Amino acid sequence: MERKTKVNAEDGKQDIMITREFDLPIELLFKAHAEPELIEQWMGTKVLKLESKKHGSWQFETTSPKGNIVVQMGGVIHEFIPNQKITRTFEMANTPFGVQLEITKFEKLTDDTSKVSMHVIYESVAQRDEVLKLPFAQGINYAHNRLQDFMNKLK
Amino acid sequence: MNLRRDVFQAIADPTRRAILLLVASQALTAGAIASNFDTARPTVSKHLQILTECELLEQKQTGREIYYYINAKKMKQVADFIEPFRNMWDDRFNTLEAIMKAYTAKK
Repeated sequence: MERKTKVNAEDGKQDIMITREFDLPIELLFKAHAEPELIEQWMGTKVLKLESKKHGSWQFETTSPKGNIVVQMGGVIHEFIPNQKITRTFEMANTPFGVQLEITKFEKLTDDTSKVSMHVIYESVAQRDEVLKLPFAQGINYAHNRLQDFMNKLK
Repeated sequence: MNLRRDVFQAIADPTRRAILLLVASQALTAGAIASNFDTARPTVSKHLQILTECELLEQKQTGREIYYYINAKKMKQVADFIEPFRNMWDDRFNTLEAIMKAYTAKK
């Protein structure tokens, strides 16, 4: 069954909401957001540091296929409630995009399905629109390659 | 100084969005557009100027009248600006689902 990711971004607002339902029990959905080796696989980023706890901090890095660093991102974790909620800040290093607040909620639908909602709040409307217009092609291809590698290993 | 018009600022205004909706169904003159609003005519003209400057509307002369047309290509570009971002998250979440399904299978 194909499940679609929804992005709700209203005109003139400085926030967005990303929602998605999964064919996964909530424990597995949450685990994928809490463990470095799993995040590396689906986000397509290298996890330099991840303290999955209140007052913890995190730092990820995306590299090009040649190994050059494309972007470093990081922030602090304000709230970490297993299977319920992660609140953190997010900032891309050496960019003019400022900091964003991300409130990620996890919801059990049935024993085998669950839902994630990410509420992202930017510093301003202009900043939100700039971030949404960033070129994503590279990140997307990278994620595809990671998925392909992973699936190949399973064969 | 004339500031460069931002298309996203242009569509953030409710009157301008109403104008776009109106013109989307048929090409209209400035007078015909203004007759749909309580707003003063010069205000509507200003909105039309902004929409034309950022290429959401196009003007075409037909006889003595100037008609406003919607620029479908530009409108599509605006509607699609969220789509690459949504696709990025959709790809990530598809990967997450695949990985975690394999993760359960391995246990």
